[in-house]
Amino acid sequence: MRPLRPTVAGIVSEKESDMADLKRAERPLSPHLQIYRPQLTAITSILTRITGNALIFGIILAVWWLLAAATSPGYFAVANGVATSWFGDLVFTGSLWAVWYHYLAGLRHLYFDTGQGLDIVTAERLGWGCIGGSVVLTVLTILII
Amino acid sequence: MRYLTARKQAVGRGASHTGTAHHWSMTVSSVGLAFLVPLWVYIFGSALGQEHPVVLATFARPLPAILTALVLIVGMRHFAMGATVMIEDYTKGTTRKMLVIFVISLSTVVAATGLFALVRIAL
Repeated sequence: MRPLRPTVAGIVSEKESDMADLKRAERPLSPHLQIYRPQLTAITSILTRITGNALIFGIILAVWWLLAAATSPGYFAVANGVATSWFGDLVFTGSLWAVWYHYLAGLRHLYFDTGQGLDIVTAERLGWGCIGGSVVLTVLTILII
Repeated sequence: MRYLTARKQAVGRGASHTGTAHHWSMTVSSVGLAFLVPLWVYIFGSALGQEHPVVLATFARPLPAILTALVLIVGMRHFAMGATVMIEDYTKGTTRKMLVIFVISLSTVVAATGLFALVRIAL
């Protein structure tokens, strides 16, 4: 049970506590996602989380492929077939971009942690750097490999 | 005279109850991964799509084997802790606890499976 809110006089009143909750429920919730103009800093921030967590799918496919290679030629043929199919290409190409995006955004986080680059102009420039850089690095990696 | 020092009074308080331990762990693992991942992506990407004997020969070599093991250990811990933060942001109560247990278990299973495969190939 939540602690009761004291009144101005310092006396705890359950009724007033309920009223305060009702008033709170009527207010719109921050940050008003429906009417809030999407900002680059917010988009690049949430993309860091999305890419980082989505990478589990690529790593599961990679580990399964490795396990199959360790097991038998027959099992490897199955896993390798999946890993090099259009589905495998989709997962690994997506994961490659996710790795590079998360990589650059992570470096940006380390830079932010030093207390630098937090003004709007620099933060947005770094955001574009993460988006553009991740695409460039993805294409470069595909060309090299 | 106060017997509790200012530090003793502060430790364990705050929103996380563990100070900056989680953040610091993510910082350390992210720096580690920053060094490991580019080379691992190159090695894994080169091995992917090769014939079975070539794949076995690749991951039997010390550098690819050790690098893959490090990526699995450091990466899966980094994932588990990062996913935990996401779950804590969007869920609460029993759902939160179950999801946190799930992602920690999943990342441990993935790391253990990958390490087993490596041991079998490399040794």
